[in-house]
Amino acid sequence: MIPAAFDYVRASSADEAIALIQAHGEDAKFLAGGMSLIPLMKLRLATPTVLVDLGRVADLSYVTDAGDHLAIGALTRHRFLETNELLTKECGVLRAVAAQVGDNQVRHRGTIGGSVAHGDPASDLPAALLALDATFVVRGPGGERTVPAADFFQGFLETALAPDEMLVEVRVPKVGGAGFSYQKFQRRAQDWAIVGAIAARVNGGVHVALVNMGSTPVRASAVEAALAQGASPADAAEHAADATEPAADLNASVEYREHLARVLTRRALEAASS
Amino acid sequence: MTVNGQPQAHDVEPRVLLVQYLREESGLTGTKIGCDTSSCGACTVLLDGESVKSCTIFAAQADGAAITTIEGLANGDEMHPVQQAFHENHGLQCGFCTAGMVMAAVSLLEEVPNPTESDVRLGLEGNLCRCTGYHNIVKSVLAAAEMVRK
Repeated sequence: MIPAAFDYVRASSADEAIALIQAHGEDAKFLAGGMSLIPLMKLRLATPTVLVDLGRVADLSYVTDAGDHLAIGALTRHRFLETNELLTKECGVLRAVAAQVGDNQVRHRGTIGGSVAHGDPASDLPAALLALDATFVVRGPGGERTVPAADFFQGFLETALAPDEMLVEVRVPKVGGAGFSYQKFQRRAQDWAIVGAIAARVNGGVHVALVNMGSTPVRASAVEAALAQGASPADAAEHAADATEPAADLNASVEYREHLARVLTRRALEAASS
Repeated sequence: MTVNGQPQAHDVEPRVLLVQYLREESGLTGTKIGCDTSSCGACTVLLDGESVKSCTIFAAQADGAAITTIEGLANGDEMHPVQQAFHENHGLQCGFCTAGMVMAAVSLLEEVPNPTESDVRLGLEGNLCRCTGYHNIVKSVLAAAEMVRK
């Protein structure tokens, strides 16, 4: 499958990338690892006229200790996260989720920023970052702003990013290397989750986020509230599908997804607390 | 970019995928186009030593990189240990997925030199064999790891 024709330009810094995207107008798009964008272009579901390749922006690949949080460069690849000691120690849940993205080949190319900016509700990392109450640092022509994960994912493949803004950093709390679980249900090893449930201890409470249970990644707020009131994991998990609006597709009906959300949430809660 | 150690320069359209470039410009047809949707892994090559699916990268992105394809693994007449192991353990049936399997296995063994069977099965999750010949493929990769250790 051949994508529609486009012009290709290469940026060597974030500021140059933002200037290029401004110069080329609304149909220009950033290209990070390309693991989501290129398949969409091959199906011609995405037809950008210009791609601004971020592959040579060298200074946005890092995991650093920033005092009360970890700072992760937007162009950090999944494989880097999967093997990073600091992340393993200080935010083990994010390492574990990164290790479950796609397959080795995808993890060698795909980036955390690309995954977040794409905003696919079936992706693993956006839900994990929602569970962690991560903060996204966004840079545009007028400077930088920060957006909490809870405000970032706005609709199916829609985020708070303006067309000329670039995600440059992801900030996550230091939650330690234990007390989490990601239950991903899929038909084949490398598939997207049909449904996924992430449970993690964050700042003294248990946070739960769901993959593929709506048009955006969602928090299982009713589960978290029940747990806070002392409910058992099994009882709390019964609320996992409350207020969700999952889609039906060839893999699963709405009812089956709701069932999976409850079962996977229970398993995630039990594994996270054991 | 260099392909199997040879410097290459071609002017290509931005939309040319790396796999098309390798097959049509470089004339290296060992790399297969299977699903063309980043699922099957038949197009796996090494980009700076790491396995990637060449159907999901534009050739322009690989500008300046070192690409290794199945044609570049052997040292003259001497097969790469992973090739040798696939040969000895009959790690193939129809052969269509083999080039991609071998390249994915080479990358996996770089990252995990002493894999368990489970490491191999998980590490090759991005490669599909339509003949379902996984048993001997896994056996081959474990044998290759053993060969490299010696």
